[in-house]
Amino acid sequence: MEEKKGGSSAGGVFLPFLLGFVAALAFGWWGVPHLLYSKKTQPLLFTHQNHIELYGMQCEDCHFFRRDGSFSGLPDNAKCAECHSFPLGDHPEEIRFVEEFYEKGVEVPWLVYQYQPDNVFFSHAAHQEFDCTTAGCHPDVGSSNEMPPLFQNRITGYSRDTMKMKTCERCHAEVAAKEPERFFGAPNACQICHK
Amino acid sequence: MVLYLKEFKVKWGMVIDLDRCTGCGACMVACQAENNLAPPVDASNKRYSMTWMLVYQLSNKQPYPNHDVAYMPRPCLQCGKPNCVPVCPVIATDKNQEGGIVSMVNARCIGCRYCQAACPYHARYFNWHDPVWPEGMEKTLTQDVSTRPRGVVEKCLYCHHRFMYARDKARIEGRDPNALAEDDYIPACVEMCPTNAITFGDLANPEHKVHKLSKSPYAFRLLERLNTDPQLYYYSQREWVRRQGDNFLEHETVGGV
Repeated sequence: MEEKKGGSSAGGVFLPFLLGFVAALAFGWWGVPHLLYSKKTQPLLFTHQNHIELYGMQCEDCHFFRRDGSFSGLPDNAKCAECHSFPLGDHPEEIRFVEEFYEKGVEVPWLVYQYQPDNVFFSHAAHQEFDCTTAGCHPDVGSSNEMPPLFQNRITGYSRDTMKMKTCERCHAEVAAKEPERFFGAPNACQICHK
Repeated sequence: MVLYLKEFKVKWGMVIDLDRCTGCGACMVACQAENNLAPPVDASNKRYSMTWMLVYQLSNKQPYPNHDVAYMPRPCLQCGKPNCVPVCPVIATDKNQEGGIVSMVNARCIGCRYCQAACPYHARYFNWHDPVWPEGMEKTLTQDVSTRPRGVVEKCLYCHHRFMYARDKARIEGRDPNALAEDDYIPACVEMCPTNAITFGDLANPEHKVHKLSKSPYAFRLLERLNTDPQLYYYSQREWVRRQGDNFLEHETVGGV
């Protein structure tokens, strides 16, 4: 009899423990990411898909390599103004670009999903053979007119999508395993990526 | 064979002609501007000031009619068997990239200064102060060189960012980034030297000038008998200068013709 009583009281302890465990898991897996990252949207609507499909532009028209091997990254106002120095249509966002940014000489503060820390030297020229999106580096913005929101870490300030060092290292090691002569057996030498 | 040592097909190296060096210090200035060294708090205090490239004065210590001086610029020697690498407890410094430049990742350094103690050439410097640039001067910083906070060690990297630029340019032009030509990659001090005293290139490539110069009987390396195998050669036709490259006893002879 007494043993049964002991069993029921043990079950009474177990249930709150289970509830607490589930609550802690829910907080850790669902709550913390929501608390940790703030959601930001681009300052201006930009329609990648329309520019490519309707107007026949190529990625390289705006995101190009300079002759010294450096990468232009995001286009500046002058580049956009090659077409949009005055509103070509009646889209409010285009008018906003011309009036609020171009005519005032203010560069558009585009959000970058992938900014690396200051001690990283990343060379786009070295990674030309890989596709920007399918290799896992950039979100696929080209095939849609929507720009995904940027999740910014409230503590570090980095984007959630910024590539972590382990991902860089893994790909370097895999490529070096296929073509050892490219890295001379040291695909993850510190100063290949760090500065 | 020690574990941390690797063999390299390309060995970036310098040959510094001490007979051409006038001691003007342009290399020091070029280095400080290129590599984001902040103006020192007190430049006269040699213990706390930082100069990745430092020009030493050598003297033959003879009285007036025979007196002679030479100037010896000293960047990091990028030793083939670096003393600084095995002592680092956090692998902030390593010699593992093709080209043989001894790397230094300042963000990883914990400031224990073992490497500074281990380097026989005093090529490493410790940040005693946080770097402060006068207002407006931060715009002159080189973008692809890290600035270093107080408490870490730093050293010459043969302008490694220029190496990366040269490789990128080669890639865009469709050339092999692992087979750079002699003039593709030049550190700031070499570019700035008004008397062309410093020659830079691949010591292992017979087509590069440094390869031939390093084989000259007038070429010597600093403290060569420590067996650190530096990737930096000095060159002088003056016997007394070559004699100062190491601690020779009186009866010992130095190389040369």
